Amino acid sequence: MISEVVMPQMGADMTEGTLVKWLKSEGDAVERGEIIAEIETDKANVEIEAFESGVFRKALAEEGAVIEVGGLIGIIAGAEEDISKYENGSAPSIVSREADAKTAELPQTSSDPTGDAPTKAEARMETGAGAEAASNTSPAPQPDKAVSLPTATPSGRSGAGGARQRVSPVARRIAEEAGIDVRTIEGTGPDGRVIKRDIENALKSGGQSQAPARGQQRSATTTTAPSKMRQAIARRMSQSKREAPHYYLLLDIDMTAARETRAQYNAALASGDIAAPPETKVSINDMLVRAVALALRKQPEFNATIDGDGTVTEHPQENVCIAIALDDGLIAPAVLDVSAKSLAEIAVESADLVARAKGGRLRAPEINGGTFTITNLGAYGVETLIGIIQPPQTAVLGAGTVMPQAVVREGQVVVRQMMKVALSADHRATDGAQGAQFLSELKRLLESPLLLVV
Amino acid sequence: MSQLANKPGHAAETAPDPIELLRMMMLIRRFEEKAAEMYARGKIKGFLHLYIGQEAIAAGAIAALRDDDYLVTSYREHGHALARGLEPGRVMAELFGRETGVTGGRGGSMHLIDSSKAFMGGYAIVAGHMPLACGLALAEQYKGTDRIAVCFFGDGAVNEGEFHEALNLASVWKLPVLFICENNLYGMGTDVRRVSAVIEIYKRVPEAYAMQATQVDGMDVLAVHDAVSEAAERIRRGDGPVFLEMICYRFRGHSMADAEHYRDKDEISVWRNLDPIKQLTEKLRADGGLQDAQLDSLTSDVEGVVNDAARFADESPEPPLESLRLHVYKDAADA
Amino acid sequence: MPEITYREAIRQALRYQLQNDERVFLMGEDIGAYGGSYAVTKGFLEEFGPKRVKDTPIAESVIAGAGIGAAMAGLKPMVELMTINFSLLAIDQIVNNASKLHYMSNGQINVPLVIRMAGGAGSQLGAQHSHSLESWYAHVPGLKVACPATPYDAKGLLMTAFDDENPVIFIEHTALYTLKGEVPDEPYRVAFGKVDVMREGTDVTIIGYGGSVWQCFRAAKTLETEGVSAEVLNLRTLNPLDTDGILASVRKTNRAIVVEDDWEFGGFGGEIAALIQEHAFDDLDAPVLRIAGADIPMPYNGRLEQAALPQEAEIVRAVKEMV
Repeated sequence: MISEVVMPQMGADMTEGTLVKWLKSEGDAVERGEIIAEIETDKANVEIEAFESGVFRKALAEEGAVIEVGGLIGIIAGAEEDISKYENGSAPSIVSREADAKTAELPQTSSDPTGDAPTKAEARMETGAGAEAASNTSPAPQPDKAVSLPTATPSGRSGAGGARQRVSPVARRIAEEAGIDVRTIEGTGPDGRVIKRDIENALKSGGQSQAPARGQQRSATTTTAPSKMRQAIARRMSQSKREAPHYYLLLDIDMTAARETRAQYNAALASGDIAAPPETKVSINDMLVRAVALALRKQPEFNATIDGDGTVTEHPQENVCIAIALDDGLIAPAVLDVSAKSLAEIAVESADLVARAKGGRLRAPEINGGTFTITNLGAYGVETLIGIIQPPQTAVLGAGTVMPQAVVREGQVVVRQMMKVALSADHRATDGAQGAQFLSELKRLLESPLLLVV
Repeated sequence: MSQLANKPGHAAETAPDPIELLRMMMLIRRFEEKAAEMYARGKIKGFLHLYIGQEAIAAGAIAALRDDDYLVTSYREHGHALARGLEPGRVMAELFGRETGVTGGRGGSMHLIDSSKAFMGGYAIVAGHMPLACGLALAEQYKGTDRIAVCFFGDGAVNEGEFHEALNLASVWKLPVLFICENNLYGMGTDVRRVSAVIEIYKRVPEAYAMQATQVDGMDVLAVHDAVSEAAERIRRGDGPVFLEMICYRFRGHSMADAEHYRDKDEISVWRNLDPIKQLTEKLRADGGLQDAQLDSLTSDVEGVVNDAARFADESPEPPLESLRLHVYKDAADA
Repeated sequence: MPEITYREAIRQALRYQLQNDERVFLMGEDIGAYGGSYAVTKGFLEEFGPKRVKDTPIAESVIAGAGIGAAMAGLKPMVELMTINFSLLAIDQIVNNASKLHYMSNGQINVPLVIRMAGGAGSQLGAQHSHSLESWYAHVPGLKVACPATPYDAKGLLMTAFDDENPVIFIEHTALYTLKGEVPDEPYRVAFGKVDVMREGTDVTIIGYGGSVWQCFRAAKTLETEGVSAEVLNLRTLNPLDTDGILASVRKTNRAIVVEDDWEFGGFGGEIAALIQEHAFDDLDAPVLRIAGADIPMPYNGRLEQAALPQEAEIVRAVKEMV
């Protein structure tokens, strides 16, 4: 009986071993269980034993050779047995160092003779036949599907700027099915995302005529959309919402006294008692700008910017941005160094800013130098506006309309001119209690408007 | 409760048949040697824990039990499976991971199971099977049968929390369970003396758990048989659990990957002189109960059974891939 | 239909099982003479005797393991581990034995075992008594996990658990034991793997299980006053999970939010979010959101604890940001 001596598997993780030493010479008699050689695995030196009794007829591996598990290294057989088939051409598979990776992948003695151990993908398939087809062929492109897709650029991505239009998956699917180019649709979802209702509204307004052909035509004519400004707004607002953990504080401010002061101030401007260019008029927003600047003096932590690694920089000068609506978006340039300026100067400058913003003639520090932003939709009758912080600033104040409201003063219900303000602030830079102090200082200033004039 | 009670199994023979005990020990020994060879040849994968040296315990204990007494064991359980009468071919096929294995290639060396023979499994978390023995015993107590549960574990288990929990519950509820600690002196490569406060394990038991405990020579198959017969009888009477500590030695490493640097060769050779097969053979020869011809015939018989088992395993098919997700849950389709 | 508590609903199912199946027995810490930590088994020892209602040592591993062993031998044990926190001491038995025996034995053995435990936080019990680890068990193939949210579900799901041939982890929420609801007197079953649409809606699907279902429900009511129509799904079982039921709802509303008391990181909400994006990506109008417990050990202080748990207001706010 011929018993092949192989490099033994000595553990679940062993792939090869070194033959350290033969303990038998060719021609020695061996007993089953007798130690015949010493090998070295990556864990330890171990002895290997004869599985059968007989004569150690042939050593097929030299001491020092690295041999893969299962590789033939010697022959035990009867003294007279014919072992000529091992005499030549049957050298063991000596593992060269370069071949390590390969041997690890393809151990010679696999317990899996068919070589078809299940892959996870196959295992998940219901039937064997399907599994083979799926694992052996890469999915072919589906031509009929490709035709129905816009071919130039993937829908939902702008061509040039790299800013991504947000389109919800379901909106994208319905748009594709209806042949609508989503780039022509304005999103009304969170962060300007185009959502299902936007597509449905577009379908309603466009009626049935928006056949796929028309859709393709339209997509060919929309090379200018979205505008650079839209892209910038989308990018910056998304960045803000993504990176800045906003907290929000809302407060009612009694603007009755501020309105009276504003009237008196404007009368003084008109009469020339306060020097200013002709036609200068102070708005509620101008008062708000100055009040904010003075409050920032007290709470400089809100007059700040934050960079990517969270470093907060407080600025010595209050550059208060005012959000200005434009035809195709909005921009928020800064009135620079506000606390050093009078209400009249602020009024002049902000009017100038609005004019230049609409004409596209803003200067760099006005665009980039802001330290705080006010956004005010009071003119539209909006009651509460909760703004999104303009990065890298750390706070924005939203202001609503000033409107008469019944409030309780000294136990009596009275009508006062009230304004709702909302502070959105970056929690990385400040905490709610500081925000509350800021708002309460703002309230104090606006409710004692003389402080804005002096 | 009558419909819950199982039919009583065959009563264990009161007097052991020493030739049968010898044959079983030889079968286990030769089976394990073949398994080692098949592991070295890469036919068997994963972990392989050999029972060589401890054969007297599985052979002696299981022969002293009824066929329907539950067995739960640790992961060094090929010997117990064979002693309980699981077919050697199907056990070897399980080690090969083949469809014809006792658990269809799902369990492997450490999880041999055949519930039709009340062989309730090999378990690979040290001491993790001890609570199961309590549960099996509890069920029989609940049903009112006289079946008992027998739990085999190593010395490594005795410092686990589950050991303590199981012994305590068994004693408190007087469960019909026999705990057999096979103390082979090493938990993997750690000498039991290095990690146990009380080295003589059986001495912990009476005081801590109010349970009868005895130490037995685990290299003497007749002593094992006697101790287990007596314990089983007592448990079957309803007198509560019994603990037996069997002192033994495994001649091979913990698993195939073990280079055995933690014990020296002199120690191994001392124990090899106490080889249970050698001891019984010499005793029977001296008594005139075993002739050379009979021994030769036993040897070749066992050789043939084991070679057939290896051939059966090697020729058996791999389990089909479609069966991958079968038996995760038992559902109507299963039944 | 009579109105009874969640606790009473569980008692009804247990009593029915004890009365009608002699293979059923109960075993656990303080379930007998004491009557159960949550009084679920009060009076059972007197009614059914010590053979059927077994007080155990405080030894979770052997309680679970003995339950498994008895189930292997053909009985139908109900093991109570008191709370999910203590079940961690039995997790070796549950994960290494109960869940795997049917598979490892190639279908020879099965483990028809019900393991009850109370879970959840909100009662200022501190970090070690406030776990919601349902997802750990739901993660393990071979186990089923039921998390009743209503008295009706509690009785019906527990009845189904006893019918099952597999180990069922039955997780009751501590804050719900006194919750009242309509429960039929007669025995009935609530199927595993079927969501309960507790409230229909069109704008967003809010998904919860166990205690968090009620946060979802309250949030949906608040949202209705603000013009948002929210659908509330009560999962009932985490494993099996009603994938079809979840997807059907999301395909209708196009938005989903998952609410759970458990830690967010690596929690079950992530599984549901992944499931939805894998199978219903093209039906979404917004990313799937998770509102979960804060990723911290539970603090003792009541305000801190509430801040660590999902709140109705958070759900309302999150929904409003996504619609």
